[in-house]
Amino acid sequence: MSDRIFGVFGLALALFYLWAASIIKDSFMVDVVGPRAFPYMVGTVLALCSIYFILRPDDEPAWPALKGFAEIICAAAVMLVYAWALPEFGFLISTVFATAYLTWRLGTLPHWALLTGVLTSGGIYIVFHLILGLSLAKGPLGF
Amino acid sequence: MEIFSLLGDGFAVALTPQNLFLALMGCFLGTLMGALPGLGPANGVAILIPIAFSLGLGPTPSLILLTSVYYGAMYGGRISSILLNIPGDEPAMMTCLDGYPMARAGKAGEALSLSGVASFIGAFCATCGLVLLAPQLVKIALLFGPAEYFVLFTVAFATLGGITSTNQAKSAFAAALGLGIAMIGSDSQTGSQRFTFDHIHLYDGIDFLIAIVGLFALSEVFIFLEHHRSGTGNTVTAPKVGRILPDFKMIKSCMPTIGRGTALGFFAGVLPGAGASLGSFLAYSLEKQSVDRDGKTFGKGDPRGVAAPEAGNNAASGGALVPMLALGVPGSGTTAVLLAVLLQLNITPGPLLFTKNPDVVWGLIAALFIGNFMLLAMNIPLVGLFTRVLMVPTRILMPVVAMISFVGIYSITGSTFDVMLMVGFGVAGWILRKLDVPLVPVILGILLGNQMEVNLRRAMTISDGDWSTLVGSPLAITLWIIAIAGFVLPMFFGRRMKARMDSSRHTDENGG
Repeated sequence: MSDRIFGVFGLALALFYLWAASIIKDSFMVDVVGPRAFPYMVGTVLALCSIYFILRPDDEPAWPALKGFAEIICAAAVMLVYAWALPEFGFLISTVFATAYLTWRLGTLPHWALLTGVLTSGGIYIVFHLILGLSLAKGPLGF
Repeated sequence: MEIFSLLGDGFAVALTPQNLFLALMGCFLGTLMGALPGLGPANGVAILIPIAFSLGLGPTPSLILLTSVYYGAMYGGRISSILLNIPGDEPAMMTCLDGYPMARAGKAGEALSLSGVASFIGAFCATCGLVLLAPQLVKIALLFGPAEYFVLFTVAFATLGGITSTNQAKSAFAAALGLGIAMIGSDSQTGSQRFTFDHIHLYDGIDFLIAIVGLFALSEVFIFLEHHRSGTGNTVTAPKVGRILPDFKMIKSCMPTIGRGTALGFFAGVLPGAGASLGSFLAYSLEKQSVDRDGKTFGKGDPRGVAAPEAGNNAASGGALVPMLALGVPGSGTTAVLLAVLLQLNITPGPLLFTKNPDVVWGLIAALFIGNFMLLAMNIPLVGLFTRVLMVPTRILMPVVAMISFVGIYSITGSTFDVMLMVGFGVAGWILRKLDVPLVPVILGILLGNQMEVNLRRAMTISDGDWSTLVGSPLAITLWIIAIAGFVLPMFFGRRMKARMDSSRHTDENGG
């Protein structure tokens, strides 16, 4: 069943891709094949494979329980918030909380998770920013 | 004898203090990453690319750093296989079978030193093979025109699923997905905007580093979250390592095994779509066939069962560099990531690399030789250091890995949009892995998509729109035959091969 859903989704993606390829505008430069031919080929392969998934699905994969899904979605959401927070609050503060969340969810007690967050954030800041000179996100406080 | 003078120049490049230091760092980090379960060579290299790049290292130093990581990870994988019965990376799976029983019998130190020597011989011979074979392949590659290159890329995609692939449609879907992503951005030939929907972040296309780090490193974090959620106190205790000095009598008796493993592994590495996992599998199973037909000692801690797969996987990792450097077409996931390194540095691999940037190629090869000796030194006397790192629980390690991935991507792009895109790739990678869709073709598609299209369009321009030019030369026809065979054969043998690989693992586990 999962493969069938995946196939339907893939087919929709392929059709969208083919449509998006068909509206590519020509520029003033032209060559024999043009900018649309290769995307058409790619879209066709996508569509054919998706149809195959619908017709001949594999065995059902081992999906996690609903709780597992929630876990993944929350983790992804935290990472997205982290990406947004980087320029707002700076690297050090954002990283403490993002690391603490992930360590906590992987089974560390909350106060140890927070400590891990502080150590990770500080450690990365020292190694990558102060020693190696990488540019990390700067918040309003300058770090 | 031109090779020797070129290699000599290479050593002159590799022996500068900076490059020696980078090789040392790379070997150390690589062994560490290989040893830690869940962080394979592909992940390790992927995370370090953006960091090496934003450090502003030149092409040769970056390559030396990252290939040392690659070689190091191949050495490191065996440590957790032997001590914990958890393969540190996929190619080290076969080493568990005899390595763990040896460790339980109190011979962990012997197993580690023997596998270290086997890894060294495998990798050293494979690097020699690379020196001899790559220039020959370059001579053939110089005959390739745009049409042949287009077909060669098709060969790469068709064979990438490998002979253990069970569903070729999924490999093809993955490749098309990658190629489709590569098309985003402005068209290199005519400059038209494609699939950008007037979104300014997409005008330059999607940076392949974002896709690689997201698909490989972040999806690994999600997999961990899914499986290790409830694991509060899963601290593992490794058995005592015991004597670490190599037992020369044992090594001597394993020499023929190591030799066979090396030859098989190198061969498996050079072939497209095979890679190190197949190298170690072939080396182990053929060794078992030839010296232990009744299954009396293999799987119960036979030293030969440790030496064969380790020689095999390290030889394969050297062999896999041959097509990557000479043709620009990688045969495995990790070499695909190394190709990303080259592309990021604006170096196009392939025959021109050998004539245009000989310092890069030969400096890299010399660094591999040097790195091998460093790794031997690191992996025998210092192996205790790495076993201690294994004690760091994954619940702390994985978040650190995730954060370093974020740091790498943010430091090269400096854009929140790109970091969010990476998270998106991470989730997509998790779903695709769940559905058994291989991720390597996606990466390779993103990396090679534009070149593949450019070659197609060049071929068409030369032939003035005549599509038959794609089958217009004997070379192209041969390549088509390889592509079709490589795609079709796994449909018949894939399931059987996979079943054999799994069953040999299971029966041996139960037996041991």
